[in-house]
Amino acid sequence: MVNTGTEHTVKAFDSDINELRGMVAEIGGRSEQAISKAMRALENSDLELAEEVVREDKLIDELEKRIDELTFQTIALRAPMADDLRELIATFKISGVVERIGDYAKNIAKRVPLVTTAHRLTPISLLPSMSKIASELVRDSLDAFARRDADLAMEVNRRDQIVDDFYNSIFRAVITHMIENPKDIGEAAHLLFIAKNLERIGDHATNVAEMVYFAATGEPMPERTRGENPTTPVDEAPIDGED
Amino acid sequence: MNDDLTMQEASESANMTDSAPTDMASEASTPKMTARNVNVFYGDKQAINDVSIDVNMDNVTAFIGPSGCGKSTFLRCMNRMNDTIPIARVTGDIQLDGDDIYAPKMDVVQLRARVGMVFQKPNPFPKSIYDNIAYGPRIHGLATGKEELDNIVESSLQRAGLWGEVKDRLHDSGTALSGGQQQRLCIARAIAVDPEVILMDEPCSALDPIATAKIEELIHELRGKYAIVIVTHNMQQAARVSQKTAFFHLGTLVEYGETTDIFTNPREEKTRDYITGRYG
Repeated sequence: MVNTGTEHTVKAFDSDINELRGMVAEIGGRSEQAISKAMRALENSDLELAEEVVREDKLIDELEKRIDELTFQTIALRAPMADDLRELIATFKISGVVERIGDYAKNIAKRVPLVTTAHRLTPISLLPSMSKIASELVRDSLDAFARRDADLAMEVNRRDQIVDDFYNSIFRAVITHMIENPKDIGEAAHLLFIAKNLERIGDHATNVAEMVYFAATGEPMPERTRGENPTTPVDEAPIDGED
Repeated sequence: MNDDLTMQEASESANMTDSAPTDMASEASTPKMTARNVNVFYGDKQAINDVSIDVNMDNVTAFIGPSGCGKSTFLRCMNRMNDTIPIARVTGDIQLDGDDIYAPKMDVVQLRARVGMVFQKPNPFPKSIYDNIAYGPRIHGLATGKEELDNIVESSLQRAGLWGEVKDRLHDSGTALSGGQQQRLCIARAIAVDPEVILMDEPCSALDPIATAKIEELIHELRGKYAIVIVTHNMQQAARVSQKTAFFHLGTLVEYGETTDIFTNPREEKTRDYITGRYG
């Protein structure tokens, strides 16, 4: 009879796939942690913690390389088909996207020394809530990957709108603050970039979610009706996180 | 403005459709062979259970499935090779160009010329390369003189991609060729009687990867000239050579669709389990 379980006849294939899943969980966990550490460093002006985030980004980069190598090898050696193939392609793409999320966290951490007096600026009060939701999206998108949960992936995609709305509020608040307090423009600009980084993290979490959806169902995720709100700014070029 | 453009585009595309040779288009999309509700019994044992499938000229169709799933049995129904097995009984309807191939008036020898077959092990006649190819045209009276027969032999070997390798030794024995060459000789032999359908039953399983690649390239070149059906255990091969794939399991046709869909996003769990190597 047909074995409808998930085990492959060739057990080594399962161990490759499980190793990859473990590494994806790890890179996801590290990126999520990088976001929360960077935000904590920002809130407390903790330069040491900020440096730690920058240092630890190397681990995320390393993980990405290892994931890509093993994915590449597995595709070459096991000739995966159907959902196995989709999962491996998704793994390959997710590792790149999650590495990028780590870069955005690093970019936030790098701005910490430049905004040590920013707690005076009112718009900063919105950032912790925004980062909390962005982190949740990262975590949920990777949970969805681990469970191959297309519904949770859709949910992540939908919730990204909240992060976008936060960004728009912060954008307006920062601009207003700049107009009223021109001497703060430097620090305020950094805050705006931090908000933009969080907004990009949310977008990348939805990219992960889209790949999860594809891996789970074999279909592209139905388009979210985004960008129809005229107040939503057109996506700016992403801020380089690798500097 | 936009409306005008749309109208123009619409009329252009309509013109293109009109100017296309419609009879050719319909020939390609009309099934060459159709099977409806086919059952095969070996004595009391049912080997094929209610299989219906269409085979087109413009596609290579691959039959895949585990051993004993019925894919070869079904293939053998398509040119009545099962007639040679006394206890085999076939019910249902199989048509070639709309003609019932199991009708009493059907000439089986003629049918097998129209629906040729290539087997797992290359089986050239113990004759010269030339005579291997010339045999079919001779008994079917397809050539009126030596020159015409020479032409058929050459063009068949050309089409099978073997001409360059054997043209200087046409009178050597066919069995002296390498395995891959022998298999291409068998394909050339099938082509020589100008068939419409070529059935291939694991044509590469006895060949090395290079000979296999040559056969696969040949299948690719023959596509469109003949309706080709290939049974293979090698899923990668099915993925490489076919446009349509049928998955058989326990005598039933579980799933039949575009090869790309079957291998990237199969609808049936059984298909998925088989092609991903989860089959127990």
